[in-house]
Amino acid sequence: MKIRISNGRIIDPAHHTDTVRDLFIADGRIIAQGEAPDGFQSDRIIDATGLVVCPGLIDLAVRLREPGYEYRATLESEMNAAMAGGITSLAIPPDTDPVLDEPGLVEMLCHRAKKLNRAHVYPVGALTIGLKGERLSEMAELVESGCVAFSQANVPIVDNMVLMRALQYAATFGFRVWLQPLAPFLSRGGFAHDGEIASRLGLPGIPVAAETVALFTYIQLAKITGARLHITRLSSAAGLHLIEQARGDGMDITCDVSINHLHLSDMDIGYFNANCHLIPPLRSQRDREALREGLTSGRINALCSDHTPVDDDGKLAPFSESEPGATGMELLLPLTLKWAMDAKVPLIDALARVTSDAARIVGITKGGHIAPGARADICVFDPDAWRRVTRDMLISQGKNTPFIGLELPGQVRYTLVEGEVMYGG
Amino acid sequence: MRNPQLNKNGELQHLLTLDGLPRDILTAILDTAAPFTEVAEREVKKLPILRGKSIFNLFFENSTRTRTTFEIAAKRLSADVVNLNVSTSSTAKGESLLDTVDNLCAMQADMFVVRHAASGAPFLIAQHLFANGRNDIHVINAGDGRHAHPTQGLLDMYTIRHFKQDFTQLTVAIVGDVLHSRVARSQISALTTLGVPEVRVIGPKTLLPTEVERMGVRVFHDMREGLKDVDVVMMLRLQNERMNGALLPTPQEFYKVWGLTAEKLALARPDAIVMHPGPMNRGVEIDSAVADGAQAVILPQVTFGIAVRMAVMSMLAA
Repeated sequence: MKIRISNGRIIDPAHHTDTVRDLFIADGRIIAQGEAPDGFQSDRIIDATGLVVCPGLIDLAVRLREPGYEYRATLESEMNAAMAGGITSLAIPPDTDPVLDEPGLVEMLCHRAKKLNRAHVYPVGALTIGLKGERLSEMAELVESGCVAFSQANVPIVDNMVLMRALQYAATFGFRVWLQPLAPFLSRGGFAHDGEIASRLGLPGIPVAAETVALFTYIQLAKITGARLHITRLSSAAGLHLIEQARGDGMDITCDVSINHLHLSDMDIGYFNANCHLIPPLRSQRDREALREGLTSGRINALCSDHTPVDDDGKLAPFSESEPGATGMELLLPLTLKWAMDAKVPLIDALARVTSDAARIVGITKGGHIAPGARADICVFDPDAWRRVTRDMLISQGKNTPFIGLELPGQVRYTLVEGEVMYGG
Repeated sequence: MRNPQLNKNGELQHLLTLDGLPRDILTAILDTAAPFTEVAEREVKKLPILRGKSIFNLFFENSTRTRTTFEIAAKRLSADVVNLNVSTSSTAKGESLLDTVDNLCAMQADMFVVRHAASGAPFLIAQHLFANGRNDIHVINAGDGRHAHPTQGLLDMYTIRHFKQDFTQLTVAIVGDVLHSRVARSQISALTTLGVPEVRVIGPKTLLPTEVERMGVRVFHDMREGLKDVDVVMMLRLQNERMNGALLPTPQEFYKVWGLTAEKLALARPDAIVMHPGPMNRGVEIDSAVADGAQAVILPQVTFGIAVRMAVMSMLAA
C-alpha cells in the first residue's frame, strides 16, 4: 500500500519541523516528505489540506481492562477508541486481573493486541508478584515477553526494603521503573485532596504529603540503587518541586501528568461528582497551575490520558464508594490542544508531550517521529473542529469522564498504523 | 452548576445541606417551625398537612434517636411513615443504593428521609430522581458521612434564636471533634449564613478539618481562650472509636483539656447557653454538672427538633 498524504501541515516535534507539504508512505514506512520519490505511484491519496499531520500519539497510561475486567471494556472496544483518538502506541499498566506479572500472560496480551492490528501495545510489567509488594517478578523474562518497564500501578509497596530491592534488581538490567507517588498509609482511606473542598464535603482527605513523602523515598532509593525512575501522574506543585530538586542534584528522572490533573482541580468535584473520583486525587487550583506550567516548560515530560474505563454502576454510588478512574483516550488530543490554546503553547511543543517526549519515556525509537524509514504511525487531525464531549461520541466502553458536556477543539480525521488507514476516510 | 436542592424557581426541592442555602430560606424554615412547637402542647398533637403522603425513613446507618424524631414529626403532620433499616436488609444482599430507591419510588413514595455513612449519598439520590424526572419526590438528608446534618443544624439555629433572638451580635464556639462531625459542618454553614459575626471552633489539631478557617471560623486549640466571652457553646459528640488511638490518646486526656466543666464555662458570658446534639458522653466531652445545669438547653433542642423537622417536611411536600 502506497499512500500520499497531500498538502497537510506536517508537525514533527522530534525534528522541530512544522511545514505544509506532502508525506509519502510505502510498505508501512515513511519514505519521503515534500517531493515524491522517483516512480512513486500512490494507491491512495489523502487530502490533508487545512489539517495537521503528526506522529500518532503515544499514551503512557491506558487500561484496556483485559484480562479480568471485560465487563468494563475489552481490548477491541478500547483499541477502536485509541484509533478514534489518533493514538497509535499505548503503554498498559499491570493492574489487570490477573496482574501482568507472568511472561505468558504478557505474551498473550501482546499477541491478542497484534491480531487486532491496531495500536502498538507496550505492557508495563508488575514490579512485584500480584502487585503485592512482597516478591519480585521475573523482570528479565517479562522484558523478553515485551514489557518495556515495571510498575506497581496504583498499589504502593508498603515495605521500603522490598522497594529498594526491586529498584536494585531492575537497575541490574537497566530496566525502567515507573512509580506512582502514593505513600500507602498517608493515602489510605482518603478520597479527595485534603483541603478546603474535602473539608466542606466531609470527604476523607489525601494530603499532598502522600505524594511528597513517597517521592522523597523513591528519589532516595533510586539514588542509592541507580534505578531509572519515571514518576507517573504527578498531582501537586510540591511533588514537581521535589523532582526538580532531584534533577538539580544530577538525577535523571522523568515524570508525566494526566489530562485530568492538567485541566481540573478539586473544585470540579462540585456536588460529589463521582467522575472526579480519581487516583491520585484532583488537587488545588494552585497545584493545577503548577502542573500546567511544568508541562509547558517541559519539566513535566509527557501528558497521558490515564484511560480507565469504569462502567456506570461503578460511578452511580456515593463518591467514596464509587470506582476511581475516567475514560480518556479519545480526549487526549482535544485536551492537549485545549491546554496549548489556554497556555499559549506552540502546537509543536504541545504535540511533543504526547509524541516524541512520550516515546523517549517508553523507549520507542521506530515511531513517534516523522522521517524516512520511521514506522508510518500517523495522526491527521483538524485543529479547528470543535466538538462537544458526549457519551454517544465516545467509542470507548467507558463513558464516564469529568469532561462530559465540554466543547473541545480537535477532531481526528485519519489514523494510520504502519501505513494502513485504521480510522477515518 | 445546578444547585440540586433548589427547583427552577429557587424554592426548596430537597434539604441536603445548609452550605450554600440562601439566608431567606433558612429564616423561612425557622419561622415555619415556630407555630409547630405549640402543636405538641395540644391534646390532639396532629395536623392534617401531609395527610395521604408516604414518607420513607431510609436509614443505611443505624440510628434510633434521629429516626424517631423524624417519625414523630411526620406523624404529627398526619403522613404515613415507613421505616426501613436498610443496613440490615437489601444492601446486605448486594442491592445498590439506587436500586433500593427505584423500588421505593415504585411504591409511590413522596419523601425520603435518608441517612447514609458515605458523604454525598443523599445528593446521589436527588440527582437520580432529577434524571428520572421524579420532581414529585423530596429528599431530606438525615446525616451523610461527615458531610451534613441539616435538620440538626436548623434545630440548633432555632434554639439559638429562641434564647438569644439576634444572630448578628453573637459569638459562638463549637467544641470537640469537628473533623468527623456532619453536625459541626451544618452548624458552621448556618451560623455564617445567618450573620453570626464570630464562629469559633475549638479542639486538638487532629480533630479539626484541614483549612477549616476557610469555612469562615476562627480556630482555637486552647479551651480557655476559645470560650472567653462566648454567648453560645455547642459541644460535639466524641465517637467511642476515636477516643483511643492516633487521633487522641485517651478520653481522660480529652476531658481534661477540652471537656466542658463549670470552671471552663465560667469564662463564657454569664448568660451563655450550652448545647449538645446528643447522645452525650458525660465525663468525656461534658461534665454532668454542666449538662444538667441551668445554662444547658439540651432538652429544648430535642423538642425544637421535632418542630423544625415538621417545618421542613411541610415546606417540601405540602
